[in-house]
Amino acid sequence: MNVRSAAARLRAPVSAPVEPKARAGIDLTSTRARDVRRRRLAVLGLQLLVAVVWLGSWEVTTRLGWVDKFFFAQPSEIALKLWTWFTQGTELGPLWDQVLTTMEETVGGFIVGSLFGVVFGVALGRIRLLADVLSPYIKAANAIPRVVVGALFAISLGLDIKSKIATAAILVFFVVFFNAFQGVREVDRNLIANARILGAGNRRLTTEVILPSALSWITASLHTSFGLALVGAVVGELFGATSGVGELIYSAKNNFDADGVFAGMALLAAIALVAEALITALETRLVRWRPQVNTEARI
Amino acid sequence: MASAIELRGVTKRFLTPSGGVYTALHDLDLAVEPGEFCAVVGPTGCGKSTTLALISGLEPASEGEVEVFGKPVRGIASGIGYVFQSDAVFPWKTVLENVAAGPRYHGSSTRDARAAAREWIARVGLAGFADRYPYQLSGGMRKRVALAQSLINGPQILLMDEPFSALDVQTRSLMENELLSLWSSTSASVVFVTHDLEEAISMSDRVFVITAAPGTVKSNYRVDLPRPRNVAEIRFQPRFTEIYEEIWNDLRDEVLVSYERQKRSGAA
Repeated sequence: MNVRSAAARLRAPVSAPVEPKARAGIDLTSTRARDVRRRRLAVLGLQLLVAVVWLGSWEVTTRLGWVDKFFFAQPSEIALKLWTWFTQGTELGPLWDQVLTTMEETVGGFIVGSLFGVVFGVALGRIRLLADVLSPYIKAANAIPRVVVGALFAISLGLDIKSKIATAAILVFFVVFFNAFQGVREVDRNLIANARILGAGNRRLTTEVILPSALSWITASLHTSFGLALVGAVVGELFGATSGVGELIYSAKNNFDADGVFAGMALLAAIALVAEALITALETRLVRWRPQVNTEARI
Repeated sequence: MASAIELRGVTKRFLTPSGGVYTALHDLDLAVEPGEFCAVVGPTGCGKSTTLALISGLEPASEGEVEVFGKPVRGIASGIGYVFQSDAVFPWKTVLENVAAGPRYHGSSTRDARAAAREWIARVGLAGFADRYPYQLSGGMRKRVALAQSLINGPQILLMDEPFSALDVQTRSLMENELLSLWSSTSASVVFVTHDLEEAISMSDRVFVITAAPGTVKSNYRVDLPRPRNVAEIRFQPRFTEIYEEIWNDLRDEVLVSYERQKRSGAA
């Protein structure tokens, strides 16, 4: 029996003495809300503490000369570097242009790779013969360390954005493809039977049952694949480029500028975090029909 | 008059994953009259669900003939409704879209389909839940959605595979009564598969007892209890008890055979 129904029962004979009990119910919820708030603050505080200890010890050990800052950089120098890039631009041009280039390559590769992955995954999942014929080739292609094709694309597609998009796309493709394929294979037999009984033809079956069902697998892979798209874009830039965060890191490396390399990494991390938030938003939109799961614990 | 459903000498074999052959049904004869409510009872794994799959055209028979309204079944025919044992409503569609699916697949415009769906949603008592997703509903409500989804197509034959077995006892008898009242306003023949003899008798005009696998019809009983019925109360009638005892004598042997077999295969 909950507090409220107890209160309601007691209220019938005498009304006045029940009041404190009713208030106890409200107290309970407000206590709970306070606990949740307190916990969130504690987590935030600890997160800040980790950052302070990590960056602080890094700063102190490099300043004291225990760790060579020529090789391992220094937080304050990295921050300064970022600030200089931000205010005065980089050696490749304004910072914003570099970030934008890398973003374009990443998003482009992500979209191209995901589309191909979904189309091929669904097609092979639906058509048994196609899957049986192509599976050894796909497995072989998947076994190759795929970043090396970036070199091939740099030759064949040139040093502009196309080769980076292609490199990113090929990394994304396999992840999305395997998830879409598996998603199609795992569709509940009952749902397919139900749709067919209700009168769905093959096309409806694909668009209304198989695709939505596979979508939860596909969206789960988008988190991983966006990270890979970023890897593809940066690796593509390392193989040769005129702008982009990867190129920024590459030129910093050529100048033995450890601070520049770390500053580039910080930029990439920021891009990845923003993208992660966007993908989570996209995911909640795409799979609105699923009970909301707590994704905070995911790393 | 032609039977609504007729199975003559039907055998169904499946290939097992290990490469063997499993005979689910053997030489089964079964006929259902138009507008008749039939229950099929039998021990677990006796091929009750397979029978429904054959009638619906989801599975072809290995031998024998399956006819619906005098026509042999070749693939999935229209005019059949199927309520599955597990949840088969589409989790990514709202209640409205789930119920509207049938008419849309049959070529209705989205607007007409939705209008019809709203009517059926109200009829199964879910008005106000049209925009919910299945995960937001209770098990009983999801069954209502499944019922509306099947009945909206106006099926001449309604196949039900232990539809209420996952529900709690109270919800279950509510749903049974509701199914009976929905059915009484249609002319559909119903084949209702269940392992629960009480449920079978209280709802149907005829009960088929299927033997332990390979399944075949052991006997069939007319249930001459008056309609309209209240399934929660009909169980207390003396006639109900008589019929129950009669059928149970038949069913018990099959259940024991099936149980012994399971024990043996479990021990092996």
